[in-house]
Amino acid sequence: MAEQQAAAAIPPEDLDSASAGAEQTAQRQAAPQTLGTAIVVTSGKGGVGKTTSTANIGAALALRGRSVCLIDADVGLRNLDVVLGLENRVSRHFLDVIEKKCELDDALVKDKRVPSMMLLPAAQTREKDDVRTADMVALVEELRKRFDYVLIDSPAGIEMGFKNAVAGAQRAIVVTTPEVSAVRDADRVVGLLPKGIEVQLIVNRLRPQLVRRGKMLSVAQVDEILRLPLLGVVPDEPEVVVATNRGEPVSLDPSSRTGEAYRRAVARLEGEQVEIEDYSAEGGFFEKLAAWIGGRR
Amino acid sequence: MNWMDALLRFFRPAPSGAVAKERLRLVLLSDRINLAPEVVDQLRGDLIATISRYMEIDEIGLDVTFETRENDVALLANIPIKGVRARPLPPPMPAAPPAPSDAATGAVDLAEAAEEPASEHASEPAAPRKRRTKSR
Repeated sequence: MAEQQAAAAIPPEDLDSASAGAEQTAQRQAAPQTLGTAIVVTSGKGGVGKTTSTANIGAALALRGRSVCLIDADVGLRNLDVVLGLENRVSRHFLDVIEKKCELDDALVKDKRVPSMMLLPAAQTREKDDVRTADMVALVEELRKRFDYVLIDSPAGIEMGFKNAVAGAQRAIVVTTPEVSAVRDADRVVGLLPKGIEVQLIVNRLRPQLVRRGKMLSVAQVDEILRLPLLGVVPDEPEVVVATNRGEPVSLDPSSRTGEAYRRAVARLEGEQVEIEDYSAEGGFFEKLAAWIGGRR
Repeated sequence: MNWMDALLRFFRPAPSGAVAKERLRLVLLSDRINLAPEVVDQLRGDLIATISRYMEIDEIGLDVTFETRENDVALLANIPIKGVRARPLPPPMPAAPPAPSDAATGAVDLAEAAEEPASEHASEPAAPRKRRTKSR
């Protein structure tokens, strides 16, 4: 998997970029030409962890040496910038690029922690209907030439913003939580994805203790209902709240449990055979005792 | 409420909550000040009009930007001065706004401009923002 390690930067494909910064030009020349993969992260339901998952998958890919561009497709309600802690460095957005008000390089925000990861922010004072699907597809195509991965953080819902977000993608990561509403919406969204797109599932915010007591849908149960290839299982941990408070993706923290879950998911994303986590054996003595006494209600 | 929430409260160090609040304050300030390009153009025009009464400025070189800094958001106006007038010109007539109201620039923007007399830029534009802040 490490053969492409040098792919951390951007290929030298565009000749008119001579005017771009010297640093970027140098970086571009260092890397082979790649037509990367565009992956949309979507869910239907809001609040299940799309943006957090996008940030963490992106960061984990960058840790593996891949060049990654994260597009915030949630025009009007952007948040990927704050989850990544890059909000103070945003100056332009992808609508400026589409409308030729600035160059792509002016809008891309480089992440200093993992330099092969960049953010392309959404416009905050515009509307989702301001984006034409064809323009979005062209933008994603352009980015694929320069990055190994283009991750598109879709807005919640199934309207225009969602349609624009999925249009340019070859793969989709559907994020759900083990809740009836989230699983239902995930199923609906899968039906609305373009034909031929490769779909994988992330089950987020799993509480193993609740599952063990039979009070939460298990991964196996979600799997049985949705029947999608499982990309990852992310346990519900307080550290995610802390990480979001600080704008630091958990996958950059080597000691983080949820970070490990995302890093493993990304290994699977790249085709590695990594066993799905089994959190069911977890919990302290009292948890187990409570589960035993509490029965299977 | 349940043990998980208790655990969450226990494990979350107070600092990160404070960090979150400070980051939010800044990002909201920045969001709210994210004026539409037409409004920035209007502000630019008003600045040119007001400052031109006192000095001769390079209108093309004039640059108005918002900058998010460590602890606040600043309005930065870079105005190259060509010369200073011996005596300030009289203030522009307030009759100006109604005339171009049919223009394609948009009636809403112009209506907003009419509410704010040219002589009170400094305090006026801040008021609606403040009201919004209070409502949160």
